[in-house]
Amino acid sequence: MFVFILKRFGVMVLTMALTSFLVFAVMEFSPGDVARKTLGPYVTQEQVDILYDKLKLGDPLFVRYARWVGVLLGLIEDPLADPSLGLGFEDSRGHRYFGNLGFSTLFKEPVNNIIWERLENTGALAGLAYAIIVPLSILFGVLSGIREGSALDRGLSLTGIVLTSIPEYALGVFTVVIFVVMLGWLPGTSTLDDRSGWSVPSQMVLPVLVLVMYDFGYVARMVRSAVIEVMGRQYVRTAVLKGLPRSTVIRVHVLRNAMIAPFTVILLQIPFLISGVVVTEVVFAYPGFGRMLLDAALFGDITTVEAATLVAVFIAVSTQIIGDIGYMYLNPRIRFT
Amino acid sequence: MALPRDRERSRPAAAARPGLAVAFRNLARLGESPIAMVGTGIVLFWALCALFAPWISPYEPNAQDLSALADPTPSTSHPLGTDLLGRDMLARLLYGARLALTLAPAAVLVAYVAGCAMGLAAGYFGGWADSLISRCSDVVLSFPVLILYVILITAIGPSALNIIFAVTVASSPGIGRIVRGLTLSVRNLDYVSAAEIRGERPLYVMIAEILPSARGPLVVDFCLRIGYTIITIGILGFLGLGLPPPDPDWGGMVRDATALITIWPHMSVLPSVAIVSLAIGFNLLADGLRTIAGRD
Repeated sequence: MFVFILKRFGVMVLTMALTSFLVFAVMEFSPGDVARKTLGPYVTQEQVDILYDKLKLGDPLFVRYARWVGVLLGLIEDPLADPSLGLGFEDSRGHRYFGNLGFSTLFKEPVNNIIWERLENTGALAGLAYAIIVPLSILFGVLSGIREGSALDRGLSLTGIVLTSIPEYALGVFTVVIFVVMLGWLPGTSTLDDRSGWSVPSQMVLPVLVLVMYDFGYVARMVRSAVIEVMGRQYVRTAVLKGLPRSTVIRVHVLRNAMIAPFTVILLQIPFLISGVVVTEVVFAYPGFGRMLLDAALFGDITTVEAATLVAVFIAVSTQIIGDIGYMYLNPRIRFT
Repeated sequence: MALPRDRERSRPAAAARPGLAVAFRNLARLGESPIAMVGTGIVLFWALCALFAPWISPYEPNAQDLSALADPTPSTSHPLGTDLLGRDMLARLLYGARLALTLAPAAVLVAYVAGCAMGLAAGYFGGWADSLISRCSDVVLSFPVLILYVILITAIGPSALNIIFAVTVASSPGIGRIVRGLTLSVRNLDYVSAAEIRGERPLYVMIAEILPSARGPLVVDFCLRIGYTIITIGILGFLGLGLPPPDPDWGGMVRDATALITIWPHMSVLPSVAIVSLAIGFNLLADGLRTIAGRD
């Protein structure tokens, strides 16, 4: 078991190294070089050239990637922090520590100052949505699964297909038109400050609603199909035939077994909600992780994009590992290998 | 770890029938599923709009009517109103259908060619080829999809060709995984061995013997993916990573109009409705096809 987890974490570190290298290589294609991005538009070509030389940006890709990894692991100092460059980049944590994500050229600050706060905001949004999606989709998935073909079941199937076909920004447009333009109940932007005169909780309603609507249909359909599969098993038929009340059969025999397969699906909604909320955050101007990533990518801010990639891949892969471990506890027939 | 493999249980290979006849028979069977019929109807509606856009459209998609700037809401001269620049919404929606219905299927097709090549090679050759392809796929699949699109498109720039490229990178590993599973399920069946003993080359065996047996599930997946890709391209347009202006890209139209949603909601609602309806059409079609396939 311990070896299994260790192995999986080894694979995770490898995946993070590979993805960060790929991102590094891909971002190099983008027009505009790092020195120019760092200094901003109002500098002479000479100043750009000086910084280019000092940061050794002419080195091969692998050397520059190795340097970035060195800064991240705290092996070398971040070259951008050198006071002789006169950039004014200051990191209160020091310039050589493990987990140094570097300086953002977009925000002109250490990435560590920005990313965690943004992640917290997104976590609040995603957490609220998750707390609603899971019980709601399990409830409706089970209700329609135990009566396959009923009116509720067919209604839910259709609702599920329709909801998963509506992209988040369209949901955003529709909900804003209904609740903001027509009814005037809620604010159309969620900047998390009170300048607009709307309280923070009221600003959270629409983004959460959009996320719930977007994800609910998919999870509910997964739960439904798992329940239907278990309902057709022989031990369920046996339980019914030996005269157990229907509620007991469903509670004891169906539900426990039917929750195994959707468990992974439900867990995998966490990385989806953390990183897949880019669109919702853009629609409502929500200061979250996804919007930070989009802004950074559009600006060509490699350090921030790299940091966001590491965090996103870490969340995605670690939920997968937790899912696999949980799956094995739920289903003892699966063994560690 | 060992996950249950019962979902990949080998299925009996479809008997070799003339492809065209089967296609027609399946097409006729669409009528068995009302859901598939509704889906087909929606898709056909947009396909006709796209095909005849130059004839039914009242204006050019990029023609500006400056007299409509003061009041862009629907009127007799502009039945669906105009956008911020006085361009006719109906014309832009019709021409937008052309873009959506060419770009998304083209992207999925290219992704499918790449995905089938990966899946067939991994499943047929096994060994190190399988390991290599599967590991590479795992790396791409461990990226949250939208982050992958954002990074790719911002790096290579927004254009039709680059969108196709990004869709291929992002979805071919998933397609490859499905094809690999289907290949493994027929890999050791007699008719594949027979072709090998006959001395056919691996490429022929993969394309002419193995691939046709995987047709059923792949058609459903193809339809679903077009639906997703229409949504994805819409999202890219909305994030400003879609087709560069002035092309009437539905996602881009929503993006341009959201700032004024409280004043002129029709500018963002209409393209949203268009994209949603087309995505629903493809998803209903895929769902109906799956139901029909499940009856076999």
